[in-house]
Amino acid sequence: MSAQSHAKPAAVGGSLFNATTLICGVLIAVMAAIVLVRLVFGLGATTNLNDGYSWGIWVVVDVFIGSALACGGFSVALLVYIFNKGEYHPLVRPALLGSLFGYTLAGAAITFDLGRWWNFWHIFWPGYFNVNSVMFEVAACITLYIIVMWIEFSPVFLEKLGLHDARKKLEKILYIFIALGVVLPMMHQASLGTMLVVMGGQVNALWQTPMQPLLYLLSAITLGYGVVLFESCVAASAYRRQIEVQMLNPLARVMLGIMAVYLLVRFADLAVRGVLGQAFQLNGIALTFWIENACYIAPFLLIGTVAARRNPARLFLAGVAVMLGGILLRLNGFLIAFDTGPGWTYFPSVPELLVTIGVFAAEILGYIIITRRFPVLPREEAYAQPAHG
Amino acid sequence: MASTGLLKLESDAKIADASRRLGMPRREFLQFCATVAAGLGLPPGAEAAVAEAVATKKRPSVIWLHFQECTGCTESLLRAEHPTLERLILDVISLDYHETLFAAAGHQVEQARKKAMADNKGAYVLVIEGAIPTRDGGIYCKIGGQTAIELARECAADAAAVIAIGSCASWGGMPSTDPNPTGASGVAEVLGKPVATIPGCPPNPYNFLSTVVHFLTFGALPPVDQLGRPQFAYSRLVHENCERRAHFDAGRFAMNFGDEGHRKGYCLYKLGCKGPETYANCPTILFGDAGAGTWPVGCGHPCIGCTEQGVGFTKPIHMLAKVRNVEPPQQYPRIVEEQGVGATMGSAATLAAVAGAAAGAGAMVARNLGVSHQQAEEAERARTASEKTEA
Repeated sequence: MSAQSHAKPAAVGGSLFNATTLICGVLIAVMAAIVLVRLVFGLGATTNLNDGYSWGIWVVVDVFIGSALACGGFSVALLVYIFNKGEYHPLVRPALLGSLFGYTLAGAAITFDLGRWWNFWHIFWPGYFNVNSVMFEVAACITLYIIVMWIEFSPVFLEKLGLHDARKKLEKILYIFIALGVVLPMMHQASLGTMLVVMGGQVNALWQTPMQPLLYLLSAITLGYGVVLFESCVAASAYRRQIEVQMLNPLARVMLGIMAVYLLVRFADLAVRGVLGQAFQLNGIALTFWIENACYIAPFLLIGTVAARRNPARLFLAGVAVMLGGILLRLNGFLIAFDTGPGWTYFPSVPELLVTIGVFAAEILGYIIITRRFPVLPREEAYAQPAHG
Repeated sequence: MASTGLLKLESDAKIADASRRLGMPRREFLQFCATVAAGLGLPPGAEAAVAEAVATKKRPSVIWLHFQECTGCTESLLRAEHPTLERLILDVISLDYHETLFAAAGHQVEQARKKAMADNKGAYVLVIEGAIPTRDGGIYCKIGGQTAIELARECAADAAAVIAIGSCASWGGMPSTDPNPTGASGVAEVLGKPVATIPGCPPNPYNFLSTVVHFLTFGALPPVDQLGRPQFAYSRLVHENCERRAHFDAGRFAMNFGDEGHRKGYCLYKLGCKGPETYANCPTILFGDAGAGTWPVGCGHPCIGCTEQGVGFTKPIHMLAKVRNVEPPQQYPRIVEEQGVGATMGSAATLAAVAGAAAGAGAMVARNLGVSHQQAEEAERARTASEKTEA
């Protein structure tokens, strides 16, 4: 495939023990302890969930936001395999790795939030299927996608283990999984938006729209590119590597294009539904709405020109802004602008926060271990050259 | 319409005769007929048909057999009040054979039975009270030298309708409880054909009475369920109309006989009440015409499920019933539900620390990237400049 014309991926190497991995390890241990308490003594013992807010940050952040942030693999695969832009191929593996961890942990995190978690297997058991449920669609789709992603990523492990025959055989049928790996997230990222629609009047009018599935899908794709920008810059910075600006520059342009479509749909929908006025009221909801959308507008100012896109700092900040925008879109819809009636309040408890932090720490630790020990990032020659091409 | 039908009958000479015969005021007689029709769930107008049938039709001949039983069903019938049963059962029907109520005995009575059967061939009603023993050729119950099996078959052969009264006749009842030494069986099983059953221990007399009056009025037994029980009486769970149902729904249960909940009249489900799996109309028509609360659950005793095969005389009284309609949840919501707590010092601090750390790290990464970019740009410019000078 087009991978041949690029630098082959190689393990970064180096020690697995440093301040970052140590802190991640501690955070993961804390999370494990809290999860154990939660599984034995229940949600009431660990979370601030109540009858008004039955979904807290474990669902909204770990699953909704976690899986959206993990769309890098899907967004890049979309570009490389569907739109046949082979030049981005070196970005596929690192992006896929981020997705792999994001989704696997999102799938695991949903178990923490199930009241009767020991019944989790019901959703995979045909007799229990509720084929009319959007939750079922999301659960089945995400599970399939996690399996597909591990298969998509398995050449990395086969390479490392020296199983070249197995790898060759797998690569012959890999296109099936790559295709599935693009279709499945499009399905469930849209369905996650549908979940907001089925919440009805509890969701603020600025977020409650039948267009939400499309918005969630578009935002998931842009988030994917945003995460790739973020991840490439951070990896380059942390591993003292060269930044792939020659790839990130056009990639950022694609991202801006999709973001323009997103903003168009977002504001046209508000205008058509006649609720745009609510965005100009003096209250917290309007404020968080504008912060969310400012995050979507900021990248146009940061990296609007080709020259600006050559600056990795600007690319990094644009990536962060896109991520924040996507995060806020989901947080606002499901928690901040979510009103279940007078008296109900929700703010995550310390154990809830620590579990969510632990989930993200696990993603970072996993990323470090895999990139240091397995061939994921493009092989780097000893450069005396500047940090971009 | 219906009421005008009854009103017309009020001045009817036949009705006047019938009410005189039954020893009740004319208006009370008509009220009785209307109550029976309503109890049977019949359409408007049927009360007039019932009144006319009771007043004018030839009293149907009834043959009543007793087998393995305690005569509780008959005792229960004797206590019916509106009108007194001895009047109704002797004047509305022609009770031609009934061992408990007959003054005669021995061959004389057997003769009366045979004569009634011959005279009313194909038109009499056979009522069987008590289970029929089937083990060892049925020798455990004999009347006049005949086994219960033989008697039941002989009398059923030419009957227009067969009614099994009481739980024993319906499926074996108490005598059929394990290990069932006599092989006690229900009437339908012995005759090998479905019969109308009025289970209960004892059954409510009005359920029996209404069934007979239906037969008298329409010449056929009322619609029955798959166990032969008339639907007008046995189509609803005791649980559905129980006066203690509100306590069940609210989760208030008596846990021991005589405890506070029991004294306060809470639900008896956890004491083993079988109301949730027993079909009968006990809570709606009550017993003994003595007013409110006169039925087992009303008096504080759990329903034992006497009208339900496999429940009554089978399940221990203390055993929890299988709820046929709505299972109670294991927990009930609190009256005052916690509405959530806002941000605490700890949670706000944790979130702020994470946000601060992320912002700081982001700023540092951005700055480093910016600095190296600037250096690279400068190096680039210096290189192009030196290339120019060289050229």
